[in-house]
Amino acid sequence: MNILVIVKMVPDLVEELAVDPDGKGLDPDWVRWKPNEFDDHAIEQAILIKERHGAQVTVVIPDMDGAEDAMYAAAARGADRLVKLRGDFTGSANNHALARALGKYLPELQPDLLLTGVQAHNDLDGSLGPLLAEFMGLPYLGYVAGVHLQGDKANVRKEHPGGVVAEMEINLPAVLGIQAAEQAPRYVAFSRIRQAMKTAAIEEQEIPHLDISGAAEVSLMKQVESGERAEMFAGDPDQVADRIVAVMRDHGIL
Amino acid sequence: MNKDIFVIIEHLGGEVADISYVMLAAAREIAPALQGEVVGILLGGGIENLCQNLAADRVWLFDDPRLADYSPTTNLHILGELIQQHAPRAVIFGDTSTGAEVAAGLSARLDLPMVSACHSLTVGDQSLGYDSRICGGRIQVQGELPSPTALIAMVPGGYNPDSGRSAVPPPIERLAIPHLEEPPIRLLSYIQPETGDVDISRAEVLVSVGRGIQNQDNLEIVEELAEALGGAVCASRPVVDQGWLPVSRLVGKSGRRVRPKIYLALGISGAPEHVEAIGGSQVIVAVNTDPEAPIFNLAQYGTTSDLFDLVPVLTDHIRQARSERVA
Amino acid sequence: MATLSVPKRSTFNELFYSGLTKIPDGERVRTCLQCGTCSGVCPFGYLMDHPPGKMIAALRAGVIERALQGDTLWMCVSCYACTQVCPSKIPLTPGLMTKAKEELMLAGNIPSELQDALENTHRYGNPLGESPRRRAMWTRGVEPPVRIMSQVQRPLETLWFVGDYASYHPRVQLVSVAFAQVLNALGVDYAILGTEENSDGDSQRLAGERGLFEMLAEKNGRAFGKYSFNEIITTDPHAYNALKNEYPALGISYPVRHYTQFLAERIDQLKPLLRRDVKAQVTFHDPCYLGRANGEYDAPRLLLQSIPGVKLVEMSHHKETSLCCGGGGGGMWLDGFSWEKAHVRLSEWRVREAVNAEASVLAVACSYEAPRFEDAVKMVEKARRLVVRDIAELLAESIGG
Repeated sequence: MNILVIVKMVPDLVEELAVDPDGKGLDPDWVRWKPNEFDDHAIEQAILIKERHGAQVTVVIPDMDGAEDAMYAAAARGADRLVKLRGDFTGSANNHALARALGKYLPELQPDLLLTGVQAHNDLDGSLGPLLAEFMGLPYLGYVAGVHLQGDKANVRKEHPGGVVAEMEINLPAVLGIQAAEQAPRYVAFSRIRQAMKTAAIEEQEIPHLDISGAAEVSLMKQVESGERAEMFAGDPDQVADRIVAVMRDHGIL
Repeated sequence: MNKDIFVIIEHLGGEVADISYVMLAAAREIAPALQGEVVGILLGGGIENLCQNLAADRVWLFDDPRLADYSPTTNLHILGELIQQHAPRAVIFGDTSTGAEVAAGLSARLDLPMVSACHSLTVGDQSLGYDSRICGGRIQVQGELPSPTALIAMVPGGYNPDSGRSAVPPPIERLAIPHLEEPPIRLLSYIQPETGDVDISRAEVLVSVGRGIQNQDNLEIVEELAEALGGAVCASRPVVDQGWLPVSRLVGKSGRRVRPKIYLALGISGAPEHVEAIGGSQVIVAVNTDPEAPIFNLAQYGTTSDLFDLVPVLTDHIRQARSERVA
Repeated sequence: MATLSVPKRSTFNELFYSGLTKIPDGERVRTCLQCGTCSGVCPFGYLMDHPPGKMIAALRAGVIERALQGDTLWMCVSCYACTQVCPSKIPLTPGLMTKAKEELMLAGNIPSELQDALENTHRYGNPLGESPRRRAMWTRGVEPPVRIMSQVQRPLETLWFVGDYASYHPRVQLVSVAFAQVLNALGVDYAILGTEENSDGDSQRLAGERGLFEMLAEKNGRAFGKYSFNEIITTDPHAYNALKNEYPALGISYPVRHYTQFLAERIDQLKPLLRRDVKAQVTFHDPCYLGRANGEYDAPRLLLQSIPGVKLVEMSHHKETSLCCGGGGGGMWLDGFSWEKAHVRLSEWRVREAVNAEASVLAVACSYEAPRFEDAVKMVEKARRLVVRDIAELLAESIGG
């Protein structure tokens, strides 16, 4: 059983974001990258399947700042193989480009199951999972929170709005968009990550050319104005409570 | 050239999802300038009754028992053929658990450009534009949607769903189901959320908690506040994931959409998956010690007071206000 | 929570034991009298499945892994109370409890609040999850300006290691501003590292993350190495402990003082500046890492007694017997966990003692404490009027201006 997990680095929202002077993308000097939280869940889900059924888990990450750290952390959690994609993934790269490139390369790894986060907060042209699945000719199911293998199929739980959960069956090989792993991504002691830095090997795969067609064009990118902000109440709790009660009165609640 | 706008209607459990009306409202707004018609498209089994109040110029129905349960590959197949045949100017999907994956799959299959997280659409001279919000709602992106056909995955917030409702039922055309192979994805069963609990989607007053509540025991002061207000307690995802409140209280993309008179957001940062479900609130008051929290971009009123200081005091004030009214 | 995978019972026990003996004085564990004083004095001993004494019993019986099941070990706040009273002088806190937590850490068996703090420390260099680029934001608007090392183009006397909470937590930033005022009044030639500073990592180390601690120490060591200064001072006893006792073994060695010691040495220059009266009955909470862990009880008291108007009173537990605020050893990031187990907060216990001592001001000298005690004051009815101030704030108030 060969499981691939594709991880994207996304802008870290703890840091300030700034838009490029030309107004079309994020300013690369300001952005800090961190692994997409949903992809983190995808890694955890892959490791859980490995622990339950036995599998080889390969983590694939496009080369960006912080990608190597993410890979070593994945190895420390139990990933068996690490692949770094070399190419220009900043700038105009989008999910279509990444999905196409992965679609050409990943079949070599003969995956039975591909997991990736259901979405990333910088997705603008759809999320990676369904695009990748289509380019590989595989079925895709997103918003998955729970995966159990049953021979050449997987039983998954798909989340719908209103707390409704659908139990579904999908033929393998397939691509799943993970919403939540069955347990929160486990903690890995730093010493284990350090260990992985010494023992784990990162393979590299060259992506010579990225075909970015498939997105709509960007004519303007800007920070959302703080002008549309809430009217802020300041003061001690009594003063603030007074203002809130006044608002409630105005709306017929008190 | 076809100037029509297709809207892929979402429905679950025998009800049309709110997002469908948002999409129809968007389509209605741009259709005149594009000189096209709004075509609502439904796939399902025994769903004709769902078309009654759709504000579409016409509805195309793929109605068949084999389509009773959602299967993305089947939808990709049927819609793929339909879009190729008609090449509409735009196809609008919900950016949801059922819409997003079909939109993206079609984008790749048919080599059509796609935009997601779309908040609103604009028409210019000969052009159709989008406005999307990404990076936790902090970045706004605008651009052109190329012709002949563009795919859009839409989020709520840019349009009043009432503008997508019609008093007059639209004309319905039943389309033939193309040949369907055995799908590689099949529904086994639905797991319904626990019933017998408060239905927060009908509550007038909601007191909502997020990560800022820190632990389950702190819910007590929030319950007291909700009680004083005659409202219900609900929560964003982190709180429900921890098991501190049941899933029936989850407000967000995977939970319930709410439309109370007052939505009091305590210790909630305002992640998109949450705020897209509270846009129907009349008034949002946000309490968060982080002045940069995105929730303040949506709330009408806010404070950076510490919720642990504020909530008991607020409860007192409310009890007082109530007793004054009675007296 | 993941369970430990143990190859052979005795091997794991032997490994634990030999690891313990590598810590300074660690072999004293062999002379444990099983007197039970450690477990008795431990503020949460009654909630642990294996308080220190019982853990040693398990170790001797060859079944230490029994003591490492479950999660009650996380109630330990590394307060040194047990270490202080042990008649065999076993390094219980830095040795036994820390090592036990390291094992839980390796197994991934940690409460989620703690996980967040550790992951934040790893990614952002501070447990609060704040941007490292904003570490010196607290200095904005402070007059005279707080100098940043990288901007000072010459050797200077003193590097002030500020610390995480003192840099980012709004309440503790006030203490930092006050201390800057005191340093300026004394004309001290100092600077801070600003964004080059990383967490001291001491509490993370005591919570079992030795690897993370060493990574942070390396980073701080590199930053220190870039500049020329004579000594380090810090407002944080946890940083003091790390810099004084742990960093030298990693090759990073500088003279280091807690700020109370630094100021006490300069009391003759400081006293004349303390012009304004601070009329209050003040009691001092000995921080675990200044007091029990490092033996400094007098310097803070000297400073308080030098402030005109201050009358110093002692709480029933003071100096060596001081009661921990509950923040150490990871406790700062285990409030929810600890509350669910204990339904009592150490910090609330302590503010009750302050009120019983008839104090109107509870004086502190550790970055964890002002917010912890102020939260406690809100929860304890009879303590509602108790004011919590760092000594630096009281000094700044007396200096005025």
